[in-house]
Amino acid sequence: MWAATGMLALFLGAIVVTAIAGSAHPPSHVETVNPDTLRTIGEFATPGVTVNADGGVTVAMRAEFYVFRPEVIRVPAGRPVTFRITSPDVLHGFQIVGTNINLTVAPGYISEATTTFATPGEYLVVCNEYCGLAHHLMQGKVIVEGAP
Amino acid sequence: MIAATRLILANLAVAIVAFALGALMAVMQAVARAGVQVPFGSARMYYLSVTAHGVLEALVFTTFFIMALGYLVAGTTLGRVAGLKWAWAGFWVALVGTVITTLAILSGTSTVLYTFYPPLLAHPAFYLGATLLVVGSWIWCGVMIGSYRAWRAAQPGERVPLAMHGMMTTVIIWILATAGLAVEVLVLILPWSFGLVDRIDPIIARTYFWWFGHPLTYFWLLPAYVLWYTVIPRVAGGRLFSDSVTRVVFVQFILFSTPVGLHHQFTDPGISSGWKLVHTFTTYAIMFPSLVTAFTVIASLENAGRARGGTGLFGWIRLLPWRDPFFASVALSMLTFALGGFGGAINAAYAMNAMVHNTAWIQGHFHLTVGTAVALTFMGFTYWVLPRLTGRAIAWPRVAMVQPYLWFVGMQFFSIPNHIVGLMGMPRRVYTGEYQDVAAAQAWIPLVNLSAIGGVILFVSAMCYVGTIVVTMLVSPRGERLPMEYAEAMAPPEPGPSIWDRFGVWTAVAALMIIIVYGPPLYRLHTMARFPSLGFSPF
Repeated sequence: MWAATGMLALFLGAIVVTAIAGSAHPPSHVETVNPDTLRTIGEFATPGVTVNADGGVTVAMRAEFYVFRPEVIRVPAGRPVTFRITSPDVLHGFQIVGTNINLTVAPGYISEATTTFATPGEYLVVCNEYCGLAHHLMQGKVIVEGAP
Repeated sequence: MIAATRLILANLAVAIVAFALGALMAVMQAVARAGVQVPFGSARMYYLSVTAHGVLEALVFTTFFIMALGYLVAGTTLGRVAGLKWAWAGFWVALVGTVITTLAILSGTSTVLYTFYPPLLAHPAFYLGATLLVVGSWIWCGVMIGSYRAWRAAQPGERVPLAMHGMMTTVIIWILATAGLAVEVLVLILPWSFGLVDRIDPIIARTYFWWFGHPLTYFWLLPAYVLWYTVIPRVAGGRLFSDSVTRVVFVQFILFSTPVGLHHQFTDPGISSGWKLVHTFTTYAIMFPSLVTAFTVIASLENAGRARGGTGLFGWIRLLPWRDPFFASVALSMLTFALGGFGGAINAAYAMNAMVHNTAWIQGHFHLTVGTAVALTFMGFTYWVLPRLTGRAIAWPRVAMVQPYLWFVGMQFFSIPNHIVGLMGMPRRVYTGEYQDVAAAQAWIPLVNLSAIGGVILFVSAMCYVGTIVVTMLVSPRGERLPMEYAEAMAPPEPGPSIWDRFGVWTAVAALMIIIVYGPPLYRLHTMARFPSLGFSPF
């Protein structure tokens, strides 16, 4: 019993310390959007990369039946990149392979996560939530470009 | 003869048929993913078979097996199953529901996987059949509670036997869990699938689903724990470590198995991180009784090994009955569950979850837990219980002796590569992991092929099990029925009921905890400005 208590205290301690000290939280953005007008109105009608005043970038994205829009995303290394993504149809996943960016994408909700890519290169993007018969064909690419 | 033997056998039969069908679906998936051409191989058949495998194994096999076990425990510990007609009615309702849902899946109109997240929209028959399966299981709950109350009224002041205590815990967890499912399916999904309402909110539906989805895993696991605690020490030739500690463990599962579901939704939008952290704490609380189980069940086995003359620090292990298929199944289940448990601690880790969420790691994980700790325990138990129920000796004892080891080996081959390839980023539930030959995806291929080998070994093991059971029932002559006996405790229980036997009190506390941890996030979801979604059937 004491061994069990000790192990759990250790586990939870590690989680609480990183959550407070390192701001290590799961993606938990709370914002809604109308999925019916996604393709015509607002930031998701023209998905893509915009540069912010602080030098970071924001990427507005749609995950929809079997494609990410945009399919290829170019972002700078070493600067904060915020992904904002939603769906006009069913649930999708947005996972950048080799990183800890892993979002559930739901119609009606905007998922958001911020990261800084340290290493330039090409990263595979996959959908990790079953969305229909071509789920395994849904993929994209993040190209992280080094400082000029 | 044990009360309600025919009822128990009927439930077992449905469970084993579902298991066999589900295994067939699984081996097709495993080899198709490795690029081997299978008959009717296509993306359509792949996702259909994922749906069928999940429903048949995780929902049908488990539920019918647990209903059989519940009646067996009530019949042997209490000497009665009260309301046998109701029990049969529950069986038929659940069976009809199972047939309807299975047909809906096989028709190709309901390829929504066993998690059926809206706004994926299946044929209404899929939801209707699943509802009947759950209604059938609720009737089982009613019969179990009725049997318990009738026994208590006849034996005032006596303490309910430990195995029945564990099964009552299972019943209560199932009722608490399916309350969430009932809201999702009866209130949200059924009216929507019949076209009475147009729209559904996917995040709200998911939240009610995971209210159900995590305690579902304890609904599977607790009956296995009941066998580990109350039968296996006797099979091994020893005694249960402690009756009282076991009751405390069971009650902790009532308290903590439900208010934890948000750890399945760490990556979801619409739910703030504070509530996700609260559910992380409750999730780690539920690991406590499992860790205590690991320590105390092993203590029982050490007691058995030493009773057989084992000495030294590890000498007792060798003397345990490794050739007994039930003992071997449980011992290998426990070993596998230790790995699964540590993987689960990573899944539930608030921030680390992002590395594994919805990757192949997850299917690796739950094939260790439900796919081995639960399923292998149930398989081994069948070898033990059939001679006791029917008087028939197991037909192929050598096959039965090897089968659990085959499962164990196959599962390591299946599961370890899936864990690794998941960490490398491969998603779960994909027809192929090719991704247009991107370099990152190329590295996954050898591991996927390795897991396919594991899948084939598992299928051979499954067919050994099913074949042995079928031949036993059809060919083995009826002889003397072996006695059905439970393990005695090293420390005998206090004679009268204690606070840990007050199921009503603990159920009320558990319900209060569910309200506390689910009330605020659900209230916020229901009241905020939202845009629910139309249904889609992309299959």
